[in-house]
Amino acid sequence: MIAHAIFFYTFSIIAVVSAIMVTASKNTVHSVFFLILDFISISCLFIMIGAEFLGMIMLIVYVGAVAVLFLFVVMMLNVAQQKNQWFSGQATSKHIPVGLIISTLIFFEIIIVIGGWKYKPEIFDINNSLANTSVSNTHSLGQILYTDYIHVFQISGMILLVAMVGAIVLTFRQRSGVKKQSYIKQISRERAEGVEVLEVQSNKGVKIDD
Amino acid sequence: MTEIGLGHYLTLGAVIFSIGIIGIFLNRKNIIVILMSIELILLAVNINLVAFSIYLGDLAGQVFTLFILTVAAAEAAIGLAIIVVYFRNSGTIRVEEIDKLKG
Repeated sequence: MIAHAIFFYTFSIIAVVSAIMVTASKNTVHSVFFLILDFISISCLFIMIGAEFLGMIMLIVYVGAVAVLFLFVVMMLNVAQQKNQWFSGQATSKHIPVGLIISTLIFFEIIIVIGGWKYKPEIFDINNSLANTSVSNTHSLGQILYTDYIHVFQISGMILLVAMVGAIVLTFRQRSGVKKQSYIKQISRERAEGVEVLEVQSNKGVKIDD
Repeated sequence: MTEIGLGHYLTLGAVIFSIGIIGIFLNRKNIIVILMSIELILLAVNINLVAFSIYLGDLAGQVFTLFILTVAAAEAAIGLAIIVVYFRNSGTIRVEEIDKLKG
């Protein structure tokens, strides 16, 4: 139990500090790296608490895909040089008290809810997907994900497809002056427009105009 | 103190959620950092769901976390695509200068 506590406090302190650094860092690239550190420590917490599959998926999806996507965009847009000083400047300073007040309000609201929370087993009907302790976390998750939640699973696949198509459509642009192969044009070419029979005269040669 | 229960994980989620909200309010330079703050908020929600799921012994929370992960990935892809298009059209993604709607 003491090891559980030590690991929990270590990873949660790393997570909170890196979350603060995400918002406070001056360089956007550093923010992305702290975001990656945050995701890694939270997925360590997930693995420690017993949700191994979600911890691993978190590493793959967030660290492997989303954070790298952020990194690509930050480097492509070249905003790393635009310094991110949010403590200076008149326009920013008036937002600081508003943000602090609202976020501390929300924090204490959540803390009050957590403090007053009591679990009543008879309220929720949770015999549907009780954790099966005889098999591993991944196994039991798969058992209910592909049976009880199959429609939601397929809808989430559709969401990913729509997001992929949307991202491609948004960033796609037709460039002019780029040579491209057109199969239709190649196949529908007639002999008359490609070949010309010339009468070659002696000592003159043929002038090919293009 | 050494007994880690559900409340510890919920408090961690609340702290990260609040940091995400602070990030949205305080960051006035770069809209990418606002997207990252939204990712932090979704992460806090995931922590809450997984902690409830483990401590109540109900796997539905973990399934829901999986779907939140999907939606977060889709949202990040679309949001970054919009930012790229906006940067191509207007040459800046500073929050102060994005005022076409006079908001």
